[in-house]
Amino acid sequence: MPMVAVRHLSKSFGAVKALTDVSLDVAKGEVVCLLGPSGSGKSTLLRCVNHLEKPDAGAVWLNGELIGYRREGDRLLELPDPQVARQRRRFGMVFQRFNLWPHRTALQNVMEGPLRVGRRPAREARERAEALLARVGLADKADAWPAQLSGGQQQRVGIARALAMEPEVMLFDEPTSALDPELVGEVLAVMRDLARSGITMMVVTHEVGFAREVADRVVFMDAGTVVEEGPAAQVLGQPRQARTRAFLSAVLA
Amino acid sequence: MLPDARTLRVVQRRRPGRWLATILVLALLALVIRAFALGQIEWSVVGEYMTAPVILAGLVNTLVMTVCAMALGLALGVLAAVMSMSPNPVMVGVAKFYIWFFRGTPLLLQLLLWFNLALIFPRLGIPGLFEARTVDVITPFVATWLGLGINQGAYTAEVVRSGILSVDRGQAEAAQAVGMTRIQAMFRIVLPQALRVIVPPVGNEVVSMVKLTSVASVIQFSEILRNAQTIYYANARVIELLIVAAAWYLAAVTVLSLFQAMLERRLARGVSTAGRPA
Ligand SMILES: Nc1ncnc2c1ncn2[C@@H]1O[C@H](COP(=O)(O)OP(=O)(O)O)[C@@H](O)[C@H]1O
Ligand SMILES: [Mg+2]
Repeated sequence: MPMVAVRHLSKSFGAVKALTDVSLDVAKGEVVCLLGPSGSGKSTLLRCVNHLEKPDAGAVWLNGELIGYRREGDRLLELPDPQVARQRRRFGMVFQRFNLWPHRTALQNVMEGPLRVGRRPAREARERAEALLARVGLADKADAWPAQLSGGQQQRVGIARALAMEPEVMLFDEPTSALDPELVGEVLAVMRDLARSGITMMVVTHEVGFAREVADRVVFMDAGTVVEEGPAAQVLGQPRQARTRAFLSAVLA
Repeated sequence: MLPDARTLRVVQRRRPGRWLATILVLALLALVIRAFALGQIEWSVVGEYMTAPVILAGLVNTLVMTVCAMALGLALGVLAAVMSMSPNPVMVGVAKFYIWFFRGTPLLLQLLLWFNLALIFPRLGIPGLFEARTVDVITPFVATWLGLGINQGAYTAEVVRSGILSVDRGQAEAAQAVGMTRIQAMFRIVLPQALRVIVPPVGNEVVSMVKLTSVASVIQFSEILRNAQTIYYANARVIELLIVAAAWYLAAVTVLSLFQAMLERRLARGVSTAGRPA
């Protein structure tokens, strides 16, 4: 059984079709990179996976568990918010614009989830958060406020915050797109380590080099559909579809 | 050829308007002072009643009511704001109705309604659990508290709502992504950040509330103005007692305004230091 099973997802915003019948499987421990031009529905797909966005049609399963709904025969009944929230803990999400909580220190950003949602004892939550900050190379920034950190540091705190809930799947939505070029490397390094640790990852990125090196599989999206998917070397090396070739040559230019 | 800028001096521009304004203001002030000095005001009576026990009791009641009504108003305002942004249309409807009704009717009318609640419901309570006569429950204090607090809540709701809207959507999403419910995200992540927008107008409203309590004199709540009236009904020193009341309102408002200015400076400081690198 796939770790994440995305089946026949469609989602519109008014007249804009963000996703049209998208299906995708991610195996346990697999790193899947999602590539595609801006507006192709990559963010919407990730946000449907952890049910931040409610799909119009189709559904997502995590390890066989339906996300956001209860099935009765062929009907999907919406779960109440607390139950969806409980399911969301099993995904970690990293945002393009970091979305750190500015009124909490780096350590508090990481601790907040385990403390308030996981109901861990404060001592344990703090020790784990300190270990996670050390893991992303920010042990000395525990008491810094987000505004005192560089973009790369903020994003690494964001990764630590997502890891704090011990998720089964990590979702990255263009984690380096908002960074100054010289700060991209430190974030990619942390993600490379994570990938090696065997955690399942779905990564939306424009970093073709990172995808080639780290991804087990690359999915190319355009206009709300999956245009092409396959092993990284194949999709990035010998793309079959004209749209993929056009995109890659534009990005690599 | 340009002149040497180091040898040039700036000379203050003449401002005849200022002089004219000063003279006018001084003249007006002299007229007013003369009028008050010649008018039928016993300043010794004013001084005597400034610290009269009844007046001081009224001052205490005014301040206590300001605190109680603002507390109720804030609680209801936050509740109504959060409800009005809920995905549940019933909640939204209730919140919108509350805001519409209490902003759409005069405060004085609302106070009279609360005070005369016994005319609609002679008895209050939960059947089987407890029951009481409405006239015993709805004292002038309670009627004023409900009237001012519930009215204030309808206004505060809009302030809280704009505060919530000022916080980036990504903040709540990040909270939901770690598994917080919508409500948890609201109270732990969004509202604390919304305070920066909410506090200044609410501070203003605290100051207004001090004066607004005087409206409750019509339903026999013994705040400053009502107590001043009680005295002048007996001794006919109307203007003197109104001056006493005015002085106390001004004093309370001035002190509160100073507090508010301090609070706003503190909030602003939080923002500017947060932006400074370590
Ligand atoms: N909340 C939203 N409201 C309206 N339109 C949206 C919203 N989110 C996404 N869209 C639209 O859906 C399409 C796909 O967006 P998105 O998933 O963000 O693409 P990508 O992440 O690949 O750039 C775009 O046309 C975008 O404008
Ligand atoms: Mg996107």
